[in-house]
Amino acid sequence: MENQLRNAIRKLLEEKTVDVAIGYGRVGVGGAVGAVFVTDPSEVDRLVWNAECRQNLAVHLSRPEVKALGKPAIVVKGCDARAVVVLANEGQIDRENVVVVGVVCEGIQGADASGVATGTLLDKCVTCVEHAAQNVDILIGDAAKAAELDAANAPNAKTAGKQAKLAALLQKTPEERFQYWRDEFSRCVRCHACRQSCPLCYCNRCVADKNRPTRIDTSATLKGNFAWNILRAFHLAGRCVGCGACSAACPAGIDLDLLNLTLANAADEQFGYVAGKELGAAPLIGTYAENDKEEFIR
Amino acid sequence: MNPETKTTGGFEPKIVAFVCNWCTYLGADLAGTNRLEYPANVRIVRLPCTGRVDFNLLVKAFEVGADAVLVSGCHPGDCHYAAGNFHARRRWGLFRELLDTLGVDSRRVHFSWISAAEGAKFQKLVTEIVEKTRELGPYEDYKAIVAEK
Repeated sequence: MENQLRNAIRKLLEEKTVDVAIGYGRVGVGGAVGAVFVTDPSEVDRLVWNAECRQNLAVHLSRPEVKALGKPAIVVKGCDARAVVVLANEGQIDRENVVVVGVVCEGIQGADASGVATGTLLDKCVTCVEHAAQNVDILIGDAAKAAELDAANAPNAKTAGKQAKLAALLQKTPEERFQYWRDEFSRCVRCHACRQSCPLCYCNRCVADKNRPTRIDTSATLKGNFAWNILRAFHLAGRCVGCGACSAACPAGIDLDLLNLTLANAADEQFGYVAGKELGAAPLIGTYAENDKEEFIR
Repeated sequence: MNPETKTTGGFEPKIVAFVCNWCTYLGADLAGTNRLEYPANVRIVRLPCTGRVDFNLLVKAFEVGADAVLVSGCHPGDCHYAAGNFHARRRWGLFRELLDTLGVDSRRVHFSWISAAEGAKFQKLVTEIVEKTRELGPYEDYKAIVAEK
């Protein structure tokens, strides 16, 4: 499959269909997998595909320095592909001007502190029902195998993995939940890695960086940490595709994606909306229906 | 001093009400001109439209010591800007779920539609919220995270 991927990218580069290919390569310390930008067809062997390709590469698509490289091809997993769809729907990329190379992903493994794969699948992969990336231009890998894996996960998609963690949290009393987040957010150092790793947090100037007036404490006070994490989660309401890049990037190991998941579940339950499912879909927030539920309004 | 201050043991809840310029603010105004008395615990913040009520304002209100917040605007279909309240409604529906997961006390976050003609409704609702918040006591959980450095 890796060779198949390399051949496809080589062809795209050789035929000048694209100027740069954004893919995975062993670029980190000790051969850890990260993003590589291949512009020369003779260098496609730098590309890899394996269960350690954790990053969501779609984060690079809206970066000006990447846009300056020319027309991109991008390697995406099922979850990442949804982020590309949202970027296109929100006008951040011209979908016609990006070649999306989807891969059949059989699940990504977690890593220990030194970056070595643990052999266990990530929580998001346990509930994944898009092993073959959707809305792509080229699909690499065995689609039949992907369908098999999808079917195996489908019965547990709403209950296993992260959903189970969220359900356990919601079983607690509000006071216990508040205490839980208080403990979690007290470890937040406000490095904003969650923001930087997120393909959909693309504002040129983040509200958290504004200090005239200061909307959110810029230092890592507990009050500011609450405000920041509420802001980050809610700015992704109806947009987050659940790729888990934020939690993976968090050096404090906070389960940030539980907040996003709660909003994704609410979007699905209240409005039947799943972010990144459909190219051309209207954004959830920014549109409305006259019969939206309002039993909480007096 | 207001004699009621003594009977409640000194705790007077602070309520921040984010209201729209065209309906609820005028409703509150009507309550005033009609001499309908409501507790002075409510601090009214006037905004152009409920569509302008950024969720950060609610967070900020708790940060600066609010014990409860109220967001109120025009009834659906009455928005001065045609659809601001529809947009707001959808946002609140999601924001409430986030607050719920975070364990923020949902009994302290209120939403309502109050038209310019509903001075009495404004009086009744505000009185009710103040009484309820008085029972709940100060929002110690949020005050504690604000106090912690």
